[in-house]
Amino acid sequence: MGGHTSPEDIKKETRTYLLVFAALAVATVITVTVSYLDLNRTQAITVALFIATIKGGLVAAFFMHLLSEEKFIYSVLVLTLVFFVALFVLPISTLADAVGEHFVMEGVEHGESEAH
Amino acid sequence: MEIPYTVEVRPDTGLYNAKMGIWLFLASEVMLFGALFSTYIILRTGNPDWVQHSMNVPLATLNTMILISSSVTVVMSWASLRLKNFARFRMYFTGTLLLAGGFMVVKAIEYNQEFSQGLFPWSDNYMGIYFALTGLHGLHVVGGMVVIGYLLGPGAKMWRTAPEQYVNRIECLGLYWHFVDLVWIFLFPSLYLL
Repeated sequence: MGGHTSPEDIKKETRTYLLVFAALAVATVITVTVSYLDLNRTQAITVALFIATIKGGLVAAFFMHLLSEEKFIYSVLVLTLVFFVALFVLPISTLADAVGEHFVMEGVEHGESEAH
Repeated sequence: MEIPYTVEVRPDTGLYNAKMGIWLFLASEVMLFGALFSTYIILRTGNPDWVQHSMNVPLATLNTMILISSSVTVVMSWASLRLKNFARFRMYFTGTLLLAGGFMVVKAIEYNQEFSQGLFPWSDNYMGIYFALTGLHGLHVVGGMVVIGYLLGPGAKMWRTAPEQYVNRIECLGLYWHFVDLVWIFLFPSLYLL
């Protein structure tokens, strides 16, 4: 987004900003309302994060002008996204394995080693 | 020596340097907050005895509204400057500063309520991550307020001496501010509603 846009274009942009604001306000009300519904935990997390992602997308696309940016910025963001996903997937995947889990061998009392 | 590419676009990136800089900074910020969000998930999923306190949702909803309003005022102030309407820019930009101040006041009220209920960062894992995330986010709001204050006050002289560079500074501040809003958009449901 540069400074070489016509005044008409800028005025059009400001109308879009107001529409986005209205959408964000409505989405916030929906998020809070849904949190009072009797949803199970998975449903609640899915709905809340889905709405948050839409809101975040609106902010990034319109307020941060990511709909029409330079390639360089997209490259930076793709690289960031890769590391961001790794930041979540790597620690969370450790929950799926058994490394570090406490287990008790049959016939051995807690705290005793086999040598005793 | 004049600093290059403060206004004109660098041919290889297609951006002026400050904009490239702010996006690289925001990328590092994504990782900073991402690490804390990841920690929150690990702590919560890994603890069968997780204590979830019910926080003040109405105050947090009010703060969400305040922050998204401030995102609009900051982008409107940038648009006003591009239309060369400094008076309107000043109005929107001052509005952004006031909204940011309002956010911090509401947050202070909320913290005060939590302290009076005996809830401190060391109380349990939830309160620890809650104060770490909201505190770090609050520091970002304060940082933004300092820059907005500077650009409204002494920094505004640049509008007369180098108007294009000033517009670019406001755009960079705006990008930072939208990011602060974006983080809150995810913090709000994660900490208050789930």
